[in-house]
Amino acid sequence: MGSDTIWIIGSNMTRFGKHPDKDVVDLAAEASREALKDAGISLSEVGVLGVGNLMNAGAGIGQQLQKQIGQTGIPVFNVSNACATGATALRVAIMAVKAGETDVGMAVGVEKLAGAGLLGQRGPKPESETWQPSGRFGALSSTEGRIGTSIMPGVFAQVGMEYGHKYGGTSFELFAKISEKNHSHSTLNPLAAYQKRFTLEEIMNDVMIAYPNTRPMCSGNCDGAAAMIVVSDEKMKSMPLEVQKRAVKISASVLTSDPYVDGCQILPDVNTLTRNAASQAYEEAGIGPEDLDLVELHDCFATAELVHYDNLMLCEEGGAVDFFESGAPWRDGAKPVNVSGGLQSKGHPIAATGIANIHEIVMHLRGEAGDRQIEGARVGLAHVIGLGSACGVHILEKVA
Amino acid sequence: MSEAQEKETTETSGKIPFVDYLILDNPPYLQAQECLSCGARYFDRRNACASCFEDQFRSVAIDQEGIVTSFSIVQMGPIPYVSAVVDCGGTSVKCTIMNVEPSPEHVTLGMQVKLMTYSMGEDSEGTEAIAFGFEPI
Repeated sequence: MGSDTIWIIGSNMTRFGKHPDKDVVDLAAEASREALKDAGISLSEVGVLGVGNLMNAGAGIGQQLQKQIGQTGIPVFNVSNACATGATALRVAIMAVKAGETDVGMAVGVEKLAGAGLLGQRGPKPESETWQPSGRFGALSSTEGRIGTSIMPGVFAQVGMEYGHKYGGTSFELFAKISEKNHSHSTLNPLAAYQKRFTLEEIMNDVMIAYPNTRPMCSGNCDGAAAMIVVSDEKMKSMPLEVQKRAVKISASVLTSDPYVDGCQILPDVNTLTRNAASQAYEEAGIGPEDLDLVELHDCFATAELVHYDNLMLCEEGGAVDFFESGAPWRDGAKPVNVSGGLQSKGHPIAATGIANIHEIVMHLRGEAGDRQIEGARVGLAHVIGLGSACGVHILEKVA
Repeated sequence: MSEAQEKETTETSGKIPFVDYLILDNPPYLQAQECLSCGARYFDRRNACASCFEDQFRSVAIDQEGIVTSFSIVQMGPIPYVSAVVDCGGTSVKCTIMNVEPSPEHVTLGMQVKLMTYSMGEDSEGTEAIAFGFEPI
């Protein structure tokens, strides 16, 4: 029998950062076993496993994980969906429980990226003696630098600049201020890879990566894992009261890809699919952006955070600059955004990110977020986007 | 003239474009594939239209001038460069902005630019590769 309501009863993330002594499976095992412990259930009760990992997408990390923590013969879905990989793994577990295939699902996202540098950079093709057109554009060599950029910092810089062209009001300083906010928030998050506060001046004077994003305005590639246990309504009601009290309701779980719009194959359109996912999620949850107590959104670069204020409808269309300048997205503002420190300081172990941002919301709704607790938080939204593109939006509510 | 013939002509004349959609005419221009059904425009080899799923296209010349609707100054390599999106009469074009100092003082949103081409050098058979960029007007 399917379940209309899905609950998170167990959640965990490892510290994000450098873990030279642990491999991908170690990190996945740590988060999985802690999530099971948090839920108070045994692995034998889990009926489906969704595992996200981008850098070893063909390696069957799910089964490798089982070989370390328990081989129970359940279906494993190894997924890869750019930066939305973790959210996709969770979607798999949620869909299986919703469809009634099982009462308990586990989702894991894990990545080891420390030292990987900036992603999206393709090396030059080997030079041949004569010019040889290849690929869908018949290009004679790598188009990187010759025809703009496809490297992430440059692409997302252009995403923010495009918003500025359309609506005005953006500046290098504005984008740097967004980063200042997130780095300030990170000082309260012991699991963040970087917990250092930066002054606006320090951010603006740091190494320029792709104008207007300096180094602290870019997400940090690092190691980390996050895991989550989801259950059906029936299963939740059979759990001990202390588990039920900490359970968090998944009021909406949405995954979208980018629909065709003019120019979307020139500069990736990260806006339309996010707006679509948010609209679907608000409708599914029966709430609006005004009801949100906190938001974790995909600030892979400072320039990206700005456009998602608008895409998630936290402000009027075109009003993202005013929204930020009102102070709303600071942790003591009207609509706290990225109180975890965001990807810019918490770090961005790609496949873990889409579960870790949901974990952050879970911690606040349970009242277990420690020093960074948003008091009285009852509703939160987590957003993730992977270029290509894939967007996950989850809305969570504290019901008990 | 078919694309194959066109390519042959350019190659026999000793020049080859950096990408198929740069047409080395006089003057050179960028050429898009426009969906006959919905008008969506693409620069790559197509299987079908991503907007309406039809599969008939015609070649259209893109305006030589446009305005910068977005840019970034990429400073990750030894030479900084300006990556930009240019709106050429309603068609977005991805490019590098040439002949401009790569600094925010010299590159601005809404800046007017025009298509330009330059040599990438010759291969072992003496064929010269020609690339394109946009430059301030």
